[in-house]
Amino acid sequence: MTWIGDNLGLIWEQLREHLYLAIVPVILGLIISVPLGYVATRYSWLANPLIAFGGILYSLPSIALFIVIPAVLGTKVLSTVNIIVALTIYTVSLLIRNVIDGLRSVPPDVRQSAIAVGYGALHRVVAVDLPIAVPVIFTGLRVVTVANISMVSVGAVIGIGGLGELFTLGFQKDFLTPVVVGVVLSLTLALIADLILVSLQRILTPWARVATPVGEVA
Amino acid sequence: MIEFEDVTKRYPDGTVAVDKLSLRIPSNQITVFVGPSGCGKTTSLRMINRTIERTSGTISIDGDDINGRDAVTLRRGIGYVIQNAGLFPHKTVVDNVATVPKLIGWDKRKAHSTAMELLERVGLDVKLAERYPAQLSGGQQQRVGVARALAADPAIMLMDEPFSAVDPIVRHQLQEELLRLQRDIGKTIVFVTHDIDEAIKLGDNVAVLRVGGKLAQFAPPAELLANPADDFVRGFVGQDRGYRALTFVHPEALPVQPLPDELALQDGVPLGWRNGSEELLPVGSVFKRGDSLRAALDAVLTSPTGCGVCVDDDGKAVGVIDQSTVAEALRS
Ligand SMILES: Nc1ncnc2c1ncn2[C@@H]1O[C@H](COP(=O)(O)OP(=O)(O)O)[C@@H](O)[C@H]1O
Ligand SMILES: [Mg+2]
Repeated sequence: MTWIGDNLGLIWEQLREHLYLAIVPVILGLIISVPLGYVATRYSWLANPLIAFGGILYSLPSIALFIVIPAVLGTKVLSTVNIIVALTIYTVSLLIRNVIDGLRSVPPDVRQSAIAVGYGALHRVVAVDLPIAVPVIFTGLRVVTVANISMVSVGAVIGIGGLGELFTLGFQKDFLTPVVVGVVLSLTLALIADLILVSLQRILTPWARVATPVGEVA
Repeated sequence: MIEFEDVTKRYPDGTVAVDKLSLRIPSNQITVFVGPSGCGKTTSLRMINRTIERTSGTISIDGDDINGRDAVTLRRGIGYVIQNAGLFPHKTVVDNVATVPKLIGWDKRKAHSTAMELLERVGLDVKLAERYPAQLSGGQQQRVGVARALAADPAIMLMDEPFSAVDPIVRHQLQEELLRLQRDIGKTIVFVTHDIDEAIKLGDNVAVLRVGGKLAQFAPPAELLANPADDFVRGFVGQDRGYRALTFVHPEALPVQPLPDELALQDGVPLGWRNGSEELLPVGSVFKRGDSLRAALDAVLTSPTGCGVCVDDDGKAVGVIDQSTVAEALRS
């Protein structure tokens, strides 16, 4: 326990780094997936290959990505950019499917009336299609956020891993406390992030929770 | 006036949905496109707001080719109502209705208050304004759909089978309300249905289309029933067209006979028929002078004595009419 007290500064630092390394890729991934998914619904032949490609990317071992990326991008091995790029790739590969499914979940008659009332193409996506896709997109967002939070730790192997660095520390010194602290904080972080996303979704989609009418009364 | 001139629509797969359609849709009236499923009604309708682009020919509104206008701007000036209303599920009822006013840049308050007025106008409780579409019944959603189409006061409203998915009682109410609304607003309405009864009830003019998107006949309902252009139209308007046609026959003066003693009256209003016992037999349905022949026939058929009672505007009996008189009128 004294270890915790003595290392509060370090723990806090790693926690902040962990959060940063996990969340930035989620945001970047979302920014990339939405237009990509939109393009895939416009040119529907693109959708299935994209989803399949995403599946392949997602199955790549993270450790391999962390090591290959510096070689490809020419970044320093110890740069946070590597982790962020790798996790952004994971985020996009997973989220693309939800964005496409979400945009496809817009009922055809709703899309038809959106066109007929006079929404321009871009305006329609922002004002009609995306809001309706929010529940499906958020399902993916929750999965990917939790996955990212756990995957950041793997980065510790190449020296940047947020709370994962506490694991390395513990293993090196054959000392359990930092490992436990790392696990507990990492789980807590995932739990809180998920709670925040659930609340955000509820705020964004009040219409998705309403009761259906009882019987037909004109 | 909306004018179709030699309009053809060929889909990319080669289907010719509409073939050289030419017709004039008069302003401020209800024109119904009717025909069997797949005959090109929806395609014809949607070419008017350019949600489907024609292959050849011209469509013009008040003389201007619609292809000369920006499609999005054109659509904002044309109301559109479809079968399941197609309301935006993520917007409240009032926001759904305010969609077009907001798109064309009205300020929020004006858009909102106009939307509230329209909800009342189409017979919806304003308490429903803040609900979401999923909380409404099919009939209520359809009313919101009509309100949304009318919100920016367009000159034209397109309606594609708007009442087909609701139960018959609600459908009947919605039809009556559309006619009542149209008396106030006098829009140019193009209404698509596969139901000939609906077409006859609502249309000032009816365009009967046959499969392949060919116009079989364009005429007011009475004309359609009285003089079907060919066997296809005759078959489509149905076997009982003769009886339905009576709705549109207004005999100038059916010769009524004086009131018989058997008819019991109170202050001139018919109470029932005497038949010797204490109780009176029901009068049956009555008709007014100037009513259609169908009303007179109904009166004769529902009267227990075979004599239909004719009343004036105050409901007072002025005479009776018997079967032979109606039969005579039917023959002429
Ligand atoms: N997008 C499309 N691609 C190919 N054929 C179509 C398309 N839409 C409609 N059709 C065909 O065009 C014909 C007319 O369709 P439609 O206008 O929907 O008829 P209706 O509304 O009278 O039922 C039908 O044969 C239909 O199958
Ligand atoms: Mg149709």
